[in-house]
Amino acid sequence: MSDIVVKTEDVVKEYRMGSNVLRALDGINIEIQRGEYISLMGPSGSGKSTLFNMIGALDRPTEGQVYIDGQNMSNLSQRQIAAFRCHRVGYIFQSYNLLNVRTAHGNVTLPMIFAGIPDKQRNEKAEKLLDMVGLGDRMYHLPDELSGGQRQRVAIARALANDPSIVLADEPTANLDTITGREIIDLIKKLNTQQGVTVISATHDLKMLDVSDRIVDIRDGLVERIRNREEIEIQVGEVGGHE
Amino acid sequence: MNQRAPIEEQIDLPFVESLRISFQSLKIRFGRSIITTAGITLGIAFLVSVWTNNEIELALQESGRSSEITGLDEAAEQGISTKDIWLIIMSLIVCVVGIANSMLMAVTERFREIGTMKCLGALDGFVVRLFLLESGFQGFAGALIGALIGLLGAVVLGLKNYGFDLFFYFPLLPAQPENGPFQLGVLLLILLGCILGMILAIIGSSFPAWRAAKLPPAEAMRTEV
Ligand SMILES: Nc1ncnc2c1ncn2[C@@H]1O[C@H](COP(=O)(O)OP(=O)(O)OP(=O)(O)O)[C@@H](O)[C@H]1O
Ligand SMILES: [Mg+2]
Repeated sequence: MSDIVVKTEDVVKEYRMGSNVLRALDGINIEIQRGEYISLMGPSGSGKSTLFNMIGALDRPTEGQVYIDGQNMSNLSQRQIAAFRCHRVGYIFQSYNLLNVRTAHGNVTLPMIFAGIPDKQRNEKAEKLLDMVGLGDRMYHLPDELSGGQRQRVAIARALANDPSIVLADEPTANLDTITGREIIDLIKKLNTQQGVTVISATHDLKMLDVSDRIVDIRDGLVERIRNREEIEIQVGEVGGHE
Repeated sequence: MNQRAPIEEQIDLPFVESLRISFQSLKIRFGRSIITTAGITLGIAFLVSVWTNNEIELALQESGRSSEITGLDEAAEQGISTKDIWLIIMSLIVCVVGIANSMLMAVTERFREIGTMKCLGALDGFVVRLFLLESGFQGFAGALIGALIGLLGAVVLGLKNYGFDLFFYFPLLPAQPENGPFQLGVLLLILLGCILGMILAIIGSSFPAWRAAKLPPAEAMRTEV
C-alpha cells in the first residue's frame, strides 16, 4: 500500500465578486506521498496559493474533497480543524507572517501554547529549534529587528514547533535575495531528508527545482503536468548555466 | 506521534495563558494601545464632564444659589433644560461612536494577526477572548482616566461660574430633592462612566474580532491595512 498523505479530488474553488465568479481552481486531482518534496509551479494567478490554502485547511473548497492522512477535511469539526492546523501542518509564507508583538522565541512557542505543552518544555524546544535554524543568538529579538532571511528562519522554526508531518510553504523565498533564498531552500530540504517531513511548496523559484522530488505545474487552475525527478534533472542541467 | 491517528480535538487554553498573551500584546504595542485607550478616555471625559456639569447646575439650583450668582431666569430653574438634554445625548453619541471607531480600527489592523494565530491552532473562541481581555482592560483604564479628566473639567468650569460656593453644594452623592429631578451624584456618575467605557470598548472590539475569527484564515490574512 502506498502511503498517500495528501489527496485532492476534483477540487474547485470559486471566488465570488459581486455577480462575477472567478474559478481559481478548476478541478485539481493530485496525490502526494509521505516524505515527498513537491513544488507547485505556475505563472502568477494560476492558483498555487489557492491550492495551498485548500491543502492546509486555511480555506474551504467550493467543490471537491481534500483528504489528509486519509481524513476527509470537510468532515472535521471546528476543534478538529484547529488541532489539525496546530499539530499536523507547519505553514511558511512569503511574507513570513510572524506576530510582531512576540519575539522570535515567542513566535515559536505560540503553537506549543495552543497545543497545551507545559512552559519549561516548550521554552526548551523553541530554543532548540531556533538554534537549529541558526538563530541561537537572536532568540529574544522582535521580528522588526530581524532581516528577511532571519524572519523566514523564525517562521520555519515556528512551523516545526509541534512536529508536523507536512510543511506547507507558499513562495518562501520570493522576498529574499538569491543567496538567502538558497539557504532557506537548503534548510527546508534538510527537514525533508533528515526528518522525513512532507514538503509542499508553491514557488516561482527555479532554485527549488533541483531539490524537488516532483513538480506540479499549475495553469489556469488546472494541473498542466507533473514532472518527476529524472525529467527535472535534465532541465536543471539546461537552466543551470544561467543561474 | 502517530501520524495516522485520527485527528484529535483542539484543547481550550487555560485562562492564565490567555491573560498572559493579552498583556504581552498590550505591553509591546504600548504606543498603539495608548492611542486606542486615548479614544476611550476622550469619549468618557466628554460624557462625564457634561453630566457632572449638569449635576452641579441642578445642585446649585436646588440650593437656590444659581440665580443669585448667574442670574438665570425662572424657567431654567425648573430642572434640566432642553439644551442640557441635548448636550447629554450628544455626549453619549460622541462617546459611543468614538469608542466603537477606535476599537474597530484597532481590530481591523490586526486581521492578519488573527489569521496567523488560527494557522497556528487558535480556536475562534480564543481569538475573541484575547480581544475581550485586551479591550476590557483598555476600556477600564481609559474610562477611569477619562472620568477623572471629565470631573476635573467640570469642577474647573463650576469654579469659574459659581466660585467656591461650588464645594458647599457639590453633588457627590445621589440625592432626591423634594421638587426636582433625581440626582445621581458625581461618584455614581464616575462609576457609570467607567462601566460604560468598558462595556463599549468590549463590544466595539469583540464584535469585529468575532467576525474576523470566523473568517477562514486565508481570508483574514489577505486583509492589508
Ligand atoms: N480571495 C480572493 N478573492 C478573489 N479572487 C481571488 C482571491 N484569491 C485569489 N483570487 C484569484 O484567484 C486566482 C488565483 O490566485 P492565486 O493567489 O492562487 O494565484 P498564485 O498562483 O498563487 O499567484 P502568485 O504566483 O502571484 O502568488 C487569481 O486570479 C486571483 O486573482
Ligand atoms: Mg501565490
